[in-house]
Amino acid sequence: MSILKEEFPVEAMDFVTAGEASAQIKRLLKKLGVDPGVIRRLSIACYEAEINLVIHSDGGKLTLEMNPENVSLISEDVGPGIPDIDLAMSEGYSTASDDVRMMGFGAGMGLANMARNADRFHIDSKVGEGTRIEMIFDINK
Amino acid sequence: MTLKRICEILSAQPLSDNFDEDLEVQCACSSDMMSDVLAFPKEHMVLLTGLVNPQVMRTCDMLDIRAVVFTRGKLPSAEALEMANENGINVMGTHLTLFIASGKLYEGGLYNGTKG
Ligand SMILES: Nc1ncnc2c1ncn2[C@@H]1O[C@H](COP(=O)(O)OP(=O)(O)O)[C@@H](O)[C@H]1O
Ligand SMILES: [Mg+2]
Repeated sequence: MSILKEEFPVEAMDFVTAGEASAQIKRLLKKLGVDPGVIRRLSIACYEAEINLVIHSDGGKLTLEMNPENVSLISEDVGPGIPDIDLAMSEGYSTASDDVRMMGFGAGMGLANMARNADRFHIDSKVGEGTRIEMIFDINK
Repeated sequence: MTLKRICEILSAQPLSDNFDEDLEVQCACSSDMMSDVLAFPKEHMVLLTGLVNPQVMRTCDMLDIRAVVFTRGKLPSAEALEMANENGINVMGTHLTLFIASGKLYEGGLYNGTKG
């Protein structure tokens, strides 16, 4: 049973609003009194996921869901997808353009950082269709 | 180390509103890549960077970083400064390079702000 479900659309290549969804999610979890350690891990993973939607996809959304045991965060997009997930997960691998790097992103650390911060991490991707990432954060640990 | 002391060591100017010179930080991270800052961050950190766009402040907001130093005389964009003021992030500017500024703060006693 989920006690909260909220969706946050994220636009591709919009660097002005990039991070706004993550900031909203962080504030929401704070208001709900979620443990600061969980909020910190989730905020980092959420921001990395949001930036990926901005720089790698054609647009997507973040879905936050909460139940008494855990918070789940799902990132879904329409876009090019990831041909080799193991390669994409390795630290330092990035296909980001120089323009994106000039903005401070594209270090190739994002997916690994999401997996590290989430208690459970699952990624699915279809080339030419899109990518779906599900992250679960246990509340009482 | 207080922000007041950081300003002294780096000959830095406070750039944000309601600058809290008594705020204490213990460690620092120097990078123009926000993903590097987001990987293995510690708490009570000051961020040193030459990147001046609003994503710097977003990153600080996500990590509860309350202090940022812009190096090499770079000034934050208007949007970045506005975001800093909204989120209570203390912003400083120094003419020193990222390398020299980092070295001086390390010498002054700050430790590495990222694990590993
Ligand atoms: N949502 C996505 N859609 C398409 N490709 C993606 C997506 N997320 C990640 N990737 C691919 O995986 C690589 C590694 O991602 P990440 O670890 O976040 O590093 P970075 O974003 O810095 O490139 C990206 O460079 C990109 O090729
Ligand atoms: Mg990324």
